Amino acid sequence: MADSINSLFGVHAAALGLREARMNVLASNLANVDTPNYKARDIDFARALADATAAAEPQSKLATSDAGHIALANGTDTSSANVYRIPLQPSLDGNTVDGEYEHAAFARGALEYRASLSFVDARAKMLMTAITGQ
Amino acid sequence: MSGMPIFDIAGSALAAQSVRLNAVASNLANADDVSGDPATVYRPREAVFSAMSVDPANPSLAGVRTSGVMESQAPPIKRYEPGNPLADGTGYVYAPDIDPVAQMVNMISSSRAYQADVEVVNTAKELAMSTLSMGH
Repeated sequence: MADSINSLFGVHAAALGLREARMNVLASNLANVDTPNYKARDIDFARALADATAAAEPQSKLATSDAGHIALANGTDTSSANVYRIPLQPSLDGNTVDGEYEHAAFARGALEYRASLSFVDARAKMLMTAITGQ
Repeated sequence: MSGMPIFDIAGSALAAQSVRLNAVASNLANADDVSGDPATVYRPREAVFSAMSVDPANPSLAGVRTSGVMESQAPPIKRYEPGNPLADGTGYVYAPDIDPVAQMVNMISSSRAYQADVEVVNTAKELAMSTLSMGH
């Protein structure tokens, strides 16, 4: 079922989940704008999406025939793409959040989420048309 | 949007920034306090923030927690005012060492951060509502 959903929505289903994960990380940065020693984080979206689409393709799945084998990451696991921001203006309290930069990134992230959402939405509407024939 | 940790993150930040705003308000309100005893004079307060995990499964998400409200250890300012009814036996009164300009800067910084977090909540709510109405 998961594979058929992926083939229906293409890359957009995975992209939507990753965009949400990235918004959460950016919200963490904005929340901790005044927390001493907090290090700003981000998700390398291109790498996370490449990982997610590789995990969704059956031929690239790793066989986990032994308990010690590690399965490939699922759709919204972004642990391999987590990165720390390089501070533009390092501050004395060890905080690396730049409020304005995070604000802009958050606004852009929201727009990208809307874009992914509209792609998924359009696919869903297309399917409804195909099913109902109206 | 499973669990929606974004609301926990932004909500914790709103609570923490409002503690900081309250501390600033308290400091400004007591800026002109005097006392005849340096031990009982008002001491300026400041909120101390630390990062707080909101999702044990994802350590890269962090909200904010007010880990304490610290009282300043700066010595009170000693003024010679023998006419003041609160003056001690030698005619001195003690006032807290509060810099109103520094407090105002702290207030502006806090209120900007609060506004940013409100915007995060509004954006997240709007996106979640759009996601819920997908296919309509």
